[in-house]
Amino acid sequence: MGRFHRHDEHGHAHEHGQAHEHGQAHGHGHGADPGDHSGYDTGPERVSVLERIFDENDATAAANRADFEAAGVTVVNLMSSPGAGKTSLLRATLQRLAGGPRIGIVEGDIETSIDADRLAGLGAAVTLVNTGNGFGGECHLDAPMVRSALPRLPLNELDLVIIENVGNLVCPAEFAVGEHSRAMVYSVTEGEDKPLKYPVMFRSADLVVVNKIDLLPHLPFELDAFYRNLRAVNPDAAVVETSVLTGAGIGRWCDWLTGVRR
Amino acid sequence: MHELSLCRSIVGVVERHADTARVRRVNLQVGQLRQVVPATLTYCWSLVNADTPLGGSELCIESVPARIRCTGCAGTTELDAPVLVCAHCGGTAVQVVAGEEFLITSLELTEA
Repeated sequence: MGRFHRHDEHGHAHEHGQAHEHGQAHGHGHGADPGDHSGYDTGPERVSVLERIFDENDATAAANRADFEAAGVTVVNLMSSPGAGKTSLLRATLQRLAGGPRIGIVEGDIETSIDADRLAGLGAAVTLVNTGNGFGGECHLDAPMVRSALPRLPLNELDLVIIENVGNLVCPAEFAVGEHSRAMVYSVTEGEDKPLKYPVMFRSADLVVVNKIDLLPHLPFELDAFYRNLRAVNPDAAVVETSVLTGAGIGRWCDWLTGVRR
Repeated sequence: MHELSLCRSIVGVVERHADTARVRRVNLQVGQLRQVVPATLTYCWSLVNADTPLGGSELCIESVPARIRCTGCAGTTELDAPVLVCAHCGGTAVQVVAGEEFLITSLELTEA
């Protein structure tokens, strides 16, 4: 894919029609004299690339996926805005599924081990990926970051790996990491319009957890309006309403999670 | 946001294709269903490439409108919002046929 084709050799005059496909006049006369490829020409050459920018990430995601398959592990990529309740939901999940499937967690955070610490001692293998190295800190986990965490997880001893992505409604949706399924946590304090404002994330989700429903009586929030907006961008996603505080819906969420298996 | 890391990915592809040639311009297609802000992307491009061989090169972004095809009535709709509803019959069983592009289409090079 995306083969590079230089134009500085003889015998490639046929390429130049394509090179000027956008009608840019470079004025260096290839058409007039196809034999003049002397190397003195310093005008711009257009070379076709046609390479998807996510190809490299996707290749690593496929390698991750192959490792997950080989180990017989189901992997869920869990995404949300900051504060929607991913980590609290995971705590409740680990408590509910104690003694059940063996769970590993890849915890993505820009800085600190606070979330990873909150998940410690609940029976799961937890590994932290801080994305803060480099230029300002990454706002998402990409496939190479997840790959770097895999040697720290005993994949062969696990049934389910949950990747808790960096809290962000934009970027994580763009990066496949090798997951089998994507779930997002949306909390009712975020407003009904979020699916329309962050359609890429909502569109990419296989399941939307509608969290903090215990707060509904206290909010001017219209659940129906939210569902209309969600369906406008994603007609197919499954939905589970939850409250980590009351325990409502946690069983259904766990049923979905353990049912992702191919 | 993620425009910085996207720029680094673009740099990787461009370097592989440009070899030793000097890059004047990188042409991209970005679908409107991508959550990529063109102005932010071009700003990050100059930031990421300052003091590198790609410094001074231009990122030229062609925005691709989102289009869906209805699986019910077979009509196509060009979207002005990310609402996946057929404009002809109101159906929501639709396929996205354009708008998810995110690719480097071509490079404009001069000899180094």
